Amino acid sequence: MTTAATVSEETDSPYALSHLDALESEAVHIFREVAGEFERPVILFSGGKDSIVMLHLALKAFRPASVPFSLLHVDTGHNFPEVIDYRDRTVARHGLRLHVASVQDYIDRGVLKERPDGTRNPLQTVPLTEKIQQERFDAVFGGGRRDEEKARAKERVFSLRDEFSQWDPRRQRPELWNLYNGRHAPGEHVRVFPLSNWTELDVWQYIAREGIELPEIYYAHEREVFKRSGMWLTAGDWGGPKDGETVEKRLVRYRTVGDMSCTGAVDSEADTIEKVIVEIAASRLTERGATRADDKMSEAAMEDRKREGYF
Amino acid sequence: MSTITTEELSATTLLRFATAGSVDDGKSTLVGRLLHDSKSVLTDQLEAVERASASRGQEAPDLALLTDGLRAEREQGITIDVAYRYFATPRRRFILADTPGHVQYTRNMVTGASTAELTVILVDARNGVVEQTRRHAAIAALLRVPHAVLAVNKMDLVGYDEKVFAAIAEEFTAYATELGVPEVTAIPISALVGDNVVDASANMDWYGGPTVLEHLETVPVAHDLSHCHARLPVQYVIRPQSADHPDYRGYAGQIAAGSFHVGEEVTVLPSGRTSKISGIDLLGEPVDVAWTTQSVTLLLEDDIDISRGDLIVPTKDAPPTTQDIEATVCHVADAPLTVGHRVLLKHGTRTVKAIVKDIPSRLTLDDLSLHPHPGQLAANDIGRVKIRTAEPLPVDSYADSRRTGSFILIDPNDGTTLTAGMVGESFAAPEPVKDESEDDGWDF
Repeated sequence: MTTAATVSEETDSPYALSHLDALESEAVHIFREVAGEFERPVILFSGGKDSIVMLHLALKAFRPASVPFSLLHVDTGHNFPEVIDYRDRTVARHGLRLHVASVQDYIDRGVLKERPDGTRNPLQTVPLTEKIQQERFDAVFGGGRRDEEKARAKERVFSLRDEFSQWDPRRQRPELWNLYNGRHAPGEHVRVFPLSNWTELDVWQYIAREGIELPEIYYAHEREVFKRSGMWLTAGDWGGPKDGETVEKRLVRYRTVGDMSCTGAVDSEADTIEKVIVEIAASRLTERGATRADDKMSEAAMEDRKREGYF
Repeated sequence: MSTITTEELSATTLLRFATAGSVDDGKSTLVGRLLHDSKSVLTDQLEAVERASASRGQEAPDLALLTDGLRAEREQGITIDVAYRYFATPRRRFILADTPGHVQYTRNMVTGASTAELTVILVDARNGVVEQTRRHAAIAALLRVPHAVLAVNKMDLVGYDEKVFAAIAEEFTAYATELGVPEVTAIPISALVGDNVVDASANMDWYGGPTVLEHLETVPVAHDLSHCHARLPVQYVIRPQSADHPDYRGYAGQIAAGSFHVGEEVTVLPSGRTSKISGIDLLGEPVDVAWTTQSVTLLLEDDIDISRGDLIVPTKDAPPTTQDIEATVCHVADAPLTVGHRVLLKHGTRTVKAIVKDIPSRLTLDDLSLHPHPGQLAANDIGRVKIRTAEPLPVDSYADSRRTGSFILIDPNDGTTLTAGMVGESFAAPEPVKDESEDDGWDF
């Protein structure tokens, strides 16, 4: 067919951006749109790699001025100490303001009840949504990526949440070109996902390119872990090991950072960023499949949590 | 994979593309096969699909479950909304806007096509070009997607017959060219068997072209910028007011089209004030030149009044400003758009009040006929609209610039996104046939 003859060899013009430059530019555009259109935006910051990349992009977007957003951490009370340490150093270094919504506070006050399985990830929703209401945040940046999970593949970049922070996938606004619609009524807010189009590998490549520091738990190190539901969990006061579970020292690293009770480590010798990238490029498991217990609860676990206001 | 270095992985470019196909054309199978054969479906995702398929009593894993992410979609076996999927090869990264094929979801294809540089239009080799195919071609042409792929699917069911493929390819190419689709590549495939999707088919020796994936990997993603009008919608004014930068005043935005260089004379619209670019910061690093779609900060020689919503353009190439816009629109909201409707119009970074003055016609995509004065546009309708804005806007024709020629209408009451708009003529005229006798007028 003559129609096929239109294909030419490598014809990208010198003006084609590399995929990382294209993703970076798009994310910066999103940060600037929010800064231009909203009154009280906040960045969800967990000290995990995605939120660290988000903050890095926000810092670049407004140079040489400082970031016009504060940070919000939903503290499950079962956080990795290395991550909390990283969080506090980062806030201090950039002179940022940090809000903390504490799951432990809610449990201590009797508002939330510890689950029998000890998992605290689902308990984050109430402290998060109440903090958003209290502080009247109107735009809440999350590090969620559409490649993480099939319900997230349907998520918009600007995602309207009602006054109960609920997500209704059937009532989403179509997103056309790069014309994001941030209109919302008082009490409603918009969740904004600047990393929507990034994959796990993009995030790691960007971390490598930009030389971004991460909490050490992302790189292979010796750690006391025990096996529960097929995952290596870090031993600690939070609730493990229990009877029948035995602690051993293994060379591991983390692919995601979340609540210690449901975030598993993977066996790994990748102690540098180059080795991590090679390991991820070759991995046959998604990061959530490898290390998150909460997504396995049901086929629609993520969708259900998101509907309630989870990030 | 283990030999790939960090540099090799990050040197790739990004291609955004959209798929379009009717319900039974095998779109889910094609998407599933692209993801699966490019090794982008990981073991735990496949296991989840196998588990879910088995629990429904299906014997083979249903690859459509990879793409149907919502509870309601799985329950009803349909796809409700656009989903975005990601895969990569060593040569390129892909963002796939996976759009549902139902007739009534024109808005979803418009949404997917708005950011796409390529559309894959699927047809069933047994049925050839049907109404739905013409509709998809029309939307690709309307949205000015630079490249179109016609994937003639189910070639295994027509005996891999070259003549069947050639006839369909010829009919489609003629139709698409008439609509102004600049480039059509036709590929005979079987998504089910895997012919010419990722791997070349052993069943069609007569086909010498690329597989779908090869084509996606090699199609050019950026255009020659020398003919583009340079445009920078100002998003945000950066003023550190710090001891280090007491006088810094930068105009931040993503370049929507063309390129800017230091020393260039620029005009700010709609005010019309002029100045010269004294510096360009690319995320904190000074550069001499910047181009679409980089996010940059421009510094100007003169301290003039510029704020979010303004458009910076080269003085020698400024668009006219107007309060009367005529456009082709796709209505995306459930409630209809009517004459007299008071709306907000977002163009670039500027949102202004506007009123729908007239709806001269509605387009029937099946045969491209015009229905005069329909009175209103319902969800998924495409039509011509005349809009009066409260303030002058610098708009380009959508044919010249997909970013500064597009806009959305928003309901001022509840913020609903109502309508997607494209300024100027609906369809590109095909390249005019050059009349050679005009060139050599003195030479007879």
